[in-house]
Amino acid sequence: MFIKNWPRTFLLLAAVLWFVAYQLLEPLSHVLVNALPVERNSRLYDALQFFLYDTPKVLLLLAGVVLVMGMVNSWFTAERTRALLAGRHEGVGNVLAALLGIVTPFCSCSAVPLFIGFVQAGVPLGVTFSFLISAPMVNEIALTLLFALFGWKIAALYLGLGLAIAIISGYIIGRLKMENHLEDWVRNMPAVTATVEGDTLTLADRIGAGFASVREIVGKVWPYVLAGIAIGAGIHGYVPQDYMASLMGKDAGWWSVPVSVLIGVPMYTNAAGIIPIVEALLAKGASLGTVLAFMMSVIALSFPEMVILRKVLKLRLIAVFVGVVATGILLVGYVFNMIL
Amino acid sequence: MKNIKVLGTGCANCKTTLKLIEEVAREKGAEIQLEKVEDLPAIMGYGVMSTPGVVVDGKVVHAGGVPSRDKIAGWL
Repeated sequence: MFIKNWPRTFLLLAAVLWFVAYQLLEPLSHVLVNALPVERNSRLYDALQFFLYDTPKVLLLLAGVVLVMGMVNSWFTAERTRALLAGRHEGVGNVLAALLGIVTPFCSCSAVPLFIGFVQAGVPLGVTFSFLISAPMVNEIALTLLFALFGWKIAALYLGLGLAIAIISGYIIGRLKMENHLEDWVRNMPAVTATVEGDTLTLADRIGAGFASVREIVGKVWPYVLAGIAIGAGIHGYVPQDYMASLMGKDAGWWSVPVSVLIGVPMYTNAAGIIPIVEALLAKGASLGTVLAFMMSVIALSFPEMVILRKVLKLRLIAVFVGVVATGILLVGYVFNMIL
Repeated sequence: MKNIKVLGTGCANCKTTLKLIEEVAREKGAEIQLEKVEDLPAIMGYGVMSTPGVVVDGKVVHAGGVPSRDKIAGWL
């Protein structure tokens, strides 16, 4: 097979094809809309053009990023990340953990086994928390969608602030020395040494892993993306801007940020599911800080995840975790609303 | 007969893995004894950090994500 024998050539060809397709999207969308029986320069024309250009653009971007990240993920397994973090000191360890949280594959359903595995191998508690906060919140899907729909500045801000919250929250939790607030059975588990078996994956295997994650992730996420863009296209000129502005806008009052965070906690969805909502809120005049705080709260603080974490953490540690992260998110919301 | 355990706390991927193993075994006509392990301390006892994990005859052969059909066929 081609990929097996010529993995490098395949990657190069795929990159060129991807780039050409990306460049062709805009002219193609014009040709398509012009072929439809819609009056030029009408509202409907604009909305259709926006939809027909943005949908393939976002899906193509997402597929490219997920493919590359799928390949990167095949390198940074949970076991390798654990070995990198074991025995690290706080400070450097928190930064490293937050960064590894971006590239290590993570599913919220394995948060607890991961947590125990880290602690068992001697990763400090605060460093473990930095990883656990960053992994779901700062991920390639959220970043790609923010970039594609709102531009690189918002994506970069989200990346920087997400990492900052993960690093600082983990550091604070570590300083509080709460190791005795782990459930007893966790503390009594035998310590293990973190080792990594040399992996024998070839480049072709990694490409295979990349395509597998494209199938899995893009296959799951596309309806949300479509909904998000459809909302965006619908809003293009149709919806009055002042309704949400009075609730979540800049002049809405100090309470709008904490209320947004509170509303976000019981909501549980992945990064892709939240994007349509974010798009709608922003378009209706909600301010960026409030919306980012809401988005972070939905992704990072979820009630079901706390229920699972309760199996390994005593109530006080969970309360501290939620308190510290929520404070960080609140600060992000206020600072943004102030400077923008 | 092979004893296969799927380790996982009941997430969607774990259920998919279980179903997929059943399917592949039926296709190949392989006789297996399939078990689901949901107890956390038991899962940790296998040293698995990413679920779903798969244990064949007491040996961990897979951790994290749904295994591919080919991979499953290789175990049976």
